[in-house]
Amino acid sequence: MKFVLDAEQRLFGETLNKLLAGAGTPGAVRAWAAGDPEPGRALWRSLAEAGVFALAVPEAAGGAGPLPVELVTAFHELGRHAVPGPLAETVAAAELLARLGDGAGLGSGHEDFEDRASGHEDSEDRASGHEDSEDRASGGGSSGDHGGELAAAWLPRIAEGAAVVSLALPPAVPYALDADAADLVLVVDGDELRAAVPGTVRTSLDPARRLFSVEAGTAPVSGPAVRAAAGAAFDLGALACAAQLAGVGRRLLEVTVEYAGTRRQFGRPIGGFQAVKHQLADVLVALEYARPLVHGAALAYGSPDFSRDVSAAKAAASDAAYAAARTALQVHGAIGYTDEYDPSLWIRKARALRSAWGSPAAHRARVLSRLTGDRESAE
Amino acid sequence: MDLDLSSVEPFRAEVRDWLRAHVPAAPLPSLETGEGFAAHRAWERELAAARLSVVSWPARYGGRDATPLEWLVFEEEYYAAGAPGRVSQNGINLLAPTLFKYGTPEQLDRVLPPMASGEVIWAQAWSEPGAGSDLAALRATATRVDGGWLLNGQKTWSSRAAFADRGFGPFRSDPEAGRHRGLTYLMFPLDAEGLTRRPIGRLDGKPAFAELFFDDVFVPDADVVGEPGEGWKVAMGTTGSERGLTLRSPGRFTAAADRLVGLWRERADPADTALRDRVADAWIKARAYRLKGFETVSRTEDVGAESSVNKVFWSELDVALHETALDLLGPDGELEGDWLEGYVFSLAGPIYAGTNEIQRNVIAERVLGLPREGKA
Repeated sequence: MKFVLDAEQRLFGETLNKLLAGAGTPGAVRAWAAGDPEPGRALWRSLAEAGVFALAVPEAAGGAGPLPVELVTAFHELGRHAVPGPLAETVAAAELLARLGDGAGLGSGHEDFEDRASGHEDSEDRASGHEDSEDRASGGGSSGDHGGELAAAWLPRIAEGAAVVSLALPPAVPYALDADAADLVLVVDGDELRAAVPGTVRTSLDPARRLFSVEAGTAPVSGPAVRAAAGAAFDLGALACAAQLAGVGRRLLEVTVEYAGTRRQFGRPIGGFQAVKHQLADVLVALEYARPLVHGAALAYGSPDFSRDVSAAKAAASDAAYAAARTALQVHGAIGYTDEYDPSLWIRKARALRSAWGSPAAHRARVLSRLTGDRESAE
Repeated sequence: MDLDLSSVEPFRAEVRDWLRAHVPAAPLPSLETGEGFAAHRAWERELAAARLSVVSWPARYGGRDATPLEWLVFEEEYYAAGAPGRVSQNGINLLAPTLFKYGTPEQLDRVLPPMASGEVIWAQAWSEPGAGSDLAALRATATRVDGGWLLNGQKTWSSRAAFADRGFGPFRSDPEAGRHRGLTYLMFPLDAEGLTRRPIGRLDGKPAFAELFFDDVFVPDADVVGEPGEGWKVAMGTTGSERGLTLRSPGRFTAAADRLVGLWRERADPADTALRDRVADAWIKARAYRLKGFETVSRTEDVGAESSVNKVFWSELDVALHETALDLLGPDGELEGDWLEGYVFSLAGPIYAGTNEIQRNVIAERVLGLPREGKA
């Protein structure tokens, strides 16, 4: 038993931290928010080069995964640097496609795909927001192995950073994040996975999160395998989001401790006052106990407890990051309340990610339903 | 990184089997009563006979040289089995680590075996009426005499001292030296000539602690822990272990959280989502504390001031968990029983072993590096 990151995993996190610290991420965030995704896409490509997205893509499909511990290590750093884009969505989509690809490849999902094929005749009439994604999503092959085709077409591109994927999993994930900047937009509706057309964009508190309502196109894949794959995708997305939140909280604590140590009032640094110290101590306590939950959930990947443990991690990381944001705002005072000062990027993200990928209450309910054996009620 | 506990499963199974065969079917009376204290002492003897009272200690003192991971597993099994509270915990968790660090071989040989068997039960005697959070303000004195020291003054809030056999704590041996200097750490019998103890009822009236009045109480040189004058350093060595995992092991909270989930299943109105959130949160936090324990024993570097992070977390978790149980019990929440006993016990957690205000100062200054209090 060794429940700490090993040297290689730590080095991976530190490498990403350095890479992102030197990449001017606040500028990329602001450009992304203003509708210019190019700096963010550049960031995305360098993260892919560092191997981030391959962590969620199986080796057979051109990735290095699944490596959930490395994935949460990476997402902690993505949150720490407020990297924009549908990050959790892309790795969740990778999980979804990998599962469907597996099913198709192994033939075990064959019946499911046949069910779907018989239920949907309009396979030529596929709607998609992007020509590119339409090509890929339609694939042009027989309907029986569309899951496999989709996986084969998109997983290698996700791994190499060439595909930004947005994914809606209503009701918990009702909007397609950054669908306008995505190469593929997917929506799962019950037993059906469809390429989606981005609809109206809605404004988020976090301006770097552009939330689109989706109009479902035709169903390239359907059947119970889709529902199961979507469940797995939700868990991995929620785990990635939890790790991201922990990183957001860590960064907010770092900048706030630094600020409290230098900002002087009444002739001394405000960090010398107990009222300030105790708030920051509480943030550290919350973050210190969110981390083992995130790591514990990553290690539970593939076990029957994975959903429960992901929910525990997401609830705790949401609370910790949100407490970090509230404290950061309070300790910074008026300057923390301004748009132009960089901590606002994290303060707003913490609030947004708290409710993304399942609210803390929904995750708590899921923990309890798993514990008491009432498995349906929270799904 | 892994959470593979298979290497400790044989040990876990042994502990579980033994507890299944030996844990009293009916709960013992509260250890904060005379009758309960005696019953808990007898239980300690039974544990010791199976070499399960101090598993992490070296075998020569009654332990099994268990690894920290095995100790965590022992604690999980112990509390999951609903085994009695540990009346010896102040000695085992506070004095023993201090002796391992600062004690002489003679002291270890003399003090530890009877501590392990429950023959001698120890009380902590640190606080004074004028020295609580500000421990360095303590005024009880130790005066050099031939062959030893004479203790004078008063200690208070001394846990277990109403019924315990011996006490330990720092005394001022050099009144001229600075606040943190000139303290000497001593062990003394609670039935010594010149020592008067007055039990104090805690919130529920049970005499969980006592005040101690010293009037020329003689202590031989052999009962000084560490060097005379080094009492502050010795005491701080103890607080490190108090705030680490040893004082309140994760097993206590995971067992209590599992029982809380059971209570929720039995009694809760499923529509009460506010209560459901709190039950889930207690379980999540107990899991977090358990995983943090695995993290801590996996680390090679000294935990140091980070132990304050643990103390704030478990003490507040303990209160929240028991509050939730009482709320679940509704009108029965005020009735005497295990949950109420646990609740009253939990309320002391944010106060003893260094108040949580002190812990937050330690976290802020020594972990986060914020400026010292009162310094510009």
